[in-house]
Amino acid sequence: MNGTLTLQNGMTFDGTWETSARLGKGEVVFFTGMTGYQEVLTDPSYAGQVIVFTYPLIGQYGLEAEASESTDIQVAGVIVQTLARNGQSSDLRNWLEQAGIPVLSGIDTRTLVHMLRQEGDQWGLLSTSANGHVEGDFLQITETVTTAKPVQLGTSEKGHIVCLDFGVKSSMVEAMLARGYAVTTLPYDTPAAEIHRLKPDGVLVSNGPGDPRDLMDRIETVREVALRYPTLGICMGHQLISLSFGASIEKQTYGHRGSNHPVRNVQTGEVWMTSQNHGYVVTRDSLERTPLELLFENVNDSSVEGTKHPEVPILTAQFHPEASPGPKEAQALFDQFDEMIQQGVNVYA
Amino acid sequence: MHKKVLVIGSGPIIIGQAAEFDYSGTQACQALREAGCEVVLFNSNPATIMTDPGMADKTYIEAMTLEKAEMIIEAERPTHVLATVGGQTALNLALALDEAGILAAHGISLLGTSLETIRDGEDRERFKRKMHELGEPLPVSMTIESIDELDTFIKTAGVPLIVRPAFTLGGTGGGIAATVTEAYEMASRGLEASPISQCLVEKSIAGYKEFEYEVMRDENGTCIIVCNMENVDPVGVHTGDSVVFAPAQTLSDTMHQTLRSAALRIVSSLGVVGGCNIQFAVHPTEPDYYVIEVNPRVSRSSALASKATGYPIAKIATRLALGERLDDCINPVTNGTMASFEPTLDYVTAKVPCFPFDLFKGTDRALGPQMKATGESMAMGKTLEEALQKAWRGAGVEQAPLYPAWMKKADASELWKEVLAPTDRRLHACLALMDRGFASRSELEDQTGIVPHFMTMLETLVAVTRAEDLLTEPNLWQAKRLGFTDEQIAAISDVTIQDVTQMRSMFGIHPVYHMVDTCAAEFESQTPYFYGTWHGKTEVKASSARKVAVIGAGPIRIGQGIEFDYSSVHAVWALQQQGIEAIMINNNPETVSTDFTVADRLYVEPLTIEDVTHVLEAEGCRDVLIQFGGQTGIALAHALEAAGYHLLGASADVIDQMEDRDRFYAFLDEINVAHIPGEEVGTAAGLYDAVGRIGYPCVVRPSYVIGGKGMHILQSEPDLDRIIPDLAYPLLVDLYVAGRELEVDCVTDGQTVYVPAILEQIEAAGVHSGDSTMVMPPVETSEAHQRQIDTITKQIGQALSYRGALNIQFVLKDDTIYVLEINPRASRTVPIVSKVTGEPLVEWATLAALGHALETIVPDERKQLAGYAVKTPIFSSLKLPGVDPLTGPIMRSTGETLQFSPVPVVAERFCYDATTTRVMARQQIVYGEGWETFGDVPLDTAVDFQHVAVLFSHVPAEQPMREAAVRHGVHVISEHHLALYYQATIDTTSVPVRPLQAMHTKEELPL
Repeated sequence: MNGTLTLQNGMTFDGTWETSARLGKGEVVFFTGMTGYQEVLTDPSYAGQVIVFTYPLIGQYGLEAEASESTDIQVAGVIVQTLARNGQSSDLRNWLEQAGIPVLSGIDTRTLVHMLRQEGDQWGLLSTSANGHVEGDFLQITETVTTAKPVQLGTSEKGHIVCLDFGVKSSMVEAMLARGYAVTTLPYDTPAAEIHRLKPDGVLVSNGPGDPRDLMDRIETVREVALRYPTLGICMGHQLISLSFGASIEKQTYGHRGSNHPVRNVQTGEVWMTSQNHGYVVTRDSLERTPLELLFENVNDSSVEGTKHPEVPILTAQFHPEASPGPKEAQALFDQFDEMIQQGVNVYA
Repeated sequence: MHKKVLVIGSGPIIIGQAAEFDYSGTQACQALREAGCEVVLFNSNPATIMTDPGMADKTYIEAMTLEKAEMIIEAERPTHVLATVGGQTALNLALALDEAGILAAHGISLLGTSLETIRDGEDRERFKRKMHELGEPLPVSMTIESIDELDTFIKTAGVPLIVRPAFTLGGTGGGIAATVTEAYEMASRGLEASPISQCLVEKSIAGYKEFEYEVMRDENGTCIIVCNMENVDPVGVHTGDSVVFAPAQTLSDTMHQTLRSAALRIVSSLGVVGGCNIQFAVHPTEPDYYVIEVNPRVSRSSALASKATGYPIAKIATRLALGERLDDCINPVTNGTMASFEPTLDYVTAKVPCFPFDLFKGTDRALGPQMKATGESMAMGKTLEEALQKAWRGAGVEQAPLYPAWMKKADASELWKEVLAPTDRRLHACLALMDRGFASRSELEDQTGIVPHFMTMLETLVAVTRAEDLLTEPNLWQAKRLGFTDEQIAAISDVTIQDVTQMRSMFGIHPVYHMVDTCAAEFESQTPYFYGTWHGKTEVKASSARKVAVIGAGPIRIGQGIEFDYSSVHAVWALQQQGIEAIMINNNPETVSTDFTVADRLYVEPLTIEDVTHVLEAEGCRDVLIQFGGQTGIALAHALEAAGYHLLGASADVIDQMEDRDRFYAFLDEINVAHIPGEEVGTAAGLYDAVGRIGYPCVVRPSYVIGGKGMHILQSEPDLDRIIPDLAYPLLVDLYVAGRELEVDCVTDGQTVYVPAILEQIEAAGVHSGDSTMVMPPVETSEAHQRQIDTITKQIGQALSYRGALNIQFVLKDDTIYVLEINPRASRTVPIVSKVTGEPLVEWATLAALGHALETIVPDERKQLAGYAVKTPIFSSLKLPGVDPLTGPIMRSTGETLQFSPVPVVAERFCYDATTTRVMARQQIVYGEGWETFGDVPLDTAVDFQHVAVLFSHVPAEQPMREAAVRHGVHVISEHHLALYYQATIDTTSVPVRPLQAMHTKEELPL
């Protein structure tokens, strides 16, 4: 069956409709990594988005037992050039079918990416009839991805970390479990008092979908816990912490989504290849209004990739140190957080 | 500090070390000069772009020996050496210079990766220790220096095992031993092949998937993976011999990151600065992996990775070696982002190797750990199938319409033999087995270890050929997306090609061209580098400038080597100097011509008429230069003309006139030039009649071939009877004239004909000119005869309706000069003649082809050379077991070297061959039957080839001895004149080194 992607700017792309889901709507964004489709599809940060894979063959290595970043497929739709059959049972197509995800194949993804690059990420409608309302918003998106109730994982011999869940990827939690911590994942709107009651040794402010400026009611809490406990903010977490200290946020034309983004540590000169997924960015100039110092910058466009607080143990990263998918060298950031907590335990105990 | 850098090249082309090092060396020289360094280049290969006098401040075309290297260092006093862009040859030479204390004595340091790191990567024992320190898994292995040590290993690890000799090229002397007996044989051969008598024996992990990672690292410790690649064949087939896809296809992100992290740990711990190649084996289903090999230098794979992604590894590696950082270098592809990133592709790249097997009857086609391919073809597409089929046709693989015609008739066991050996025809045999219902895909998966994903790819191709009606819109579109040509579709559907093309147009299915931009369109780029595909919007905007397309030479094969890339590149430069937009079409990823900075537009596409005309249509280009791409360009002449394109300087008719025997002789008769008696025949009976008229000895050969393929010299009727069953018609029959061969490369505009040099062949006629030793200027040929050659050349140049480079072969016998052959194209020797004379032959030929008059451009008189230049062929016999190292009408050599000398006899030749390091001495010369005058030791005594330098042997019965000699690194000479010549070299002394730039001055060479 044929299907169509209709964009906000009126452009349409025709392709083959691959699953029985009939309609999908979301912000159309492109992902440039050549591997990692399973991780991307299950990453809560992609909730509400239609993912365009730039690599032309998707599904070629099947599915893996441990690679998902959450229990479900999170994306609103998938656009590929070719949905590959890998000749094995763990077939991506079946999975997408079962999850009821609309998938359009045979799309000239390169032309689509060209267009998104020039005109910016925008809303799109996937349908078999080319009718429907294209526009949408992310106002309530966090509600759909955050944990319903507190969930504790691991034992807490070394320490206890609270994760404010704006749509956390499971590998982020696993990175802390692997370093010997217990992790309690809390709903994003958990009040500060509730967090204090858990006596965390460290706080992880997670990644998540949507516009951080729609979460202004959370920043007071974020600031309060960040100033009190060693804190690591990743992606949305980084943006919320920055906002809470007075920085401003802007939308990028087309975001950074892929596995090959170079990030420089401005203090050491070290350069990491990082995994990224964001459409908003902290305005570099606005950091001057905050106590935060620039720690990481993007090598290509000099955008803010991370900050630290000069006096209290706060570390933030726009990129994804947990990778999954993507390069692993930035995992060192979790070690740094680990160290911060160990020192912090002494400072704040 | 002012840096004066000695760049060491890779020497002559041999199997395992081909044009990729011209590409990397050229990039390195450019990067060094851009950084303000003074460059001294040392490379014995005259057919390269890198040895052009303009590429370096001083260029030494000298034998790649320690002695010569020291002489160059003495003369030039460089501050640094760059040894990581010239393959194994350069690394080995740098290590030798270090061990001899020469680097230390002159205070020279190595640029980039240190010698210690190189030793860690190359010395098997040190490598093993290093990997153990890092906790990186290696297959159980042991370094042996004697056969006794093999016993110990076999007792614990058993067979099958792999033998890898240390410090050899392309795995020379190695292999997989399935039995204990084979293990002993192979190990003793490997110990001999290794210059340090050391082999690694390791437990075979055949059946694992094989991957390569191309890593870059700067001084600051920043690492990137430029590209990873996956072999279709599991471990067991040399990566140079396997079909390869980039990026890897069957690695999950989890596994990819595991290997990527391992690669980063390895290069960081080794301290690599520059490029590095790491090979991994991965279990087909479990997350287990092994490190197979680490090459701390740029390689064949890095050339492939550069072309597959657009990321210029050698250029950036050189800048890193100079101390720059990845995050300070601009990515030259996007020109806006930095070089510290990992390229991401929105297409698939396939590489298909090319083998010399069809040239040599009876060669062992089985592939193993020792590389046999001479070259490769690369293609890009949006599907695996498209990329693979494009690469196949670019490599000249027969697809009729999917697999070779003979496989349609072969029985299952013959096909299984190809699959299981495995041979170069494995994948096509799989297609045939599936198509003909002889085998299921799961049987093939089980037997080959080829992963399901790739078997699906083959199955998909078979399914297309079986579609009920391929000519419906969706089916046709699908077939094009899977890389089928109109020709294949026509054959499957039993209609004409025109029918398919028309139907395609009707449905609006047209080729489009996408840009190679390293970033999947994330950032804007202006790279003029394109590939064709069948989906989406084209990104090519044809300019309105005057433009000319240059047809490249395709993959390196015996008979069509790097020389044609040299000519193609120079043709591009000549066009650009005229303000004409140059469009390069080629598919060889190793070469300088497929560097996107060379031409105004680069298309990596197969060189078939269909693919080429599509490019020409997209560019709106009518003018095509076919004369610089060897036989590849010539083969397109008819079809291009028929499609309405204008062949600059040439025409299909003039090509036919030179190939069609009757027309050729009529032409020579008309201008009163002597030719030897010959005819063209169409049948076996006609052949017997013709031989009856011409007499023996005679030469029988097909037309339009490369490297003398299918050529025979017949002494008597039994010879003819013997070959009759193998012949295909039409054929050319000529009397064999055993005279002296001479050759001319000239330029002509139809009026002015300029002959820059006459080349005199040392061997008697009958040895393929590509395999012959040649001297410039002639030594044995009189002034009068040389003048006669000039006159004949001029006559021919003026009589032919042709403009450009022209190659004429003569034979001189009993005071008569006969014309043997006229090639209306640039020949193999054009770069050599240009290097020797310092004259821009290709530029002049291009100007002539464009219609310029040469009269005011070329000199009136031929230049007097300051001494002699000797071209010596280099053979890769060691890589091709079963091929008799006997020179004859079929070309076998893969490369050549050049030596300048004040005397015509040059001693250094024995050191050229990368497979031997022995220098000739009288007591090391062994002679075979009838060659007593040439040596001290008769072959029938117990000869220990370990201590032999040269074997003189030519009788057929001695083939086993010749092969044994080759295996031991002994130089085999099988032709009398050459033997005499070589013998004369024994007593000569070494010639002082002199840069090429000084050769072209009027000064006499110092004696």
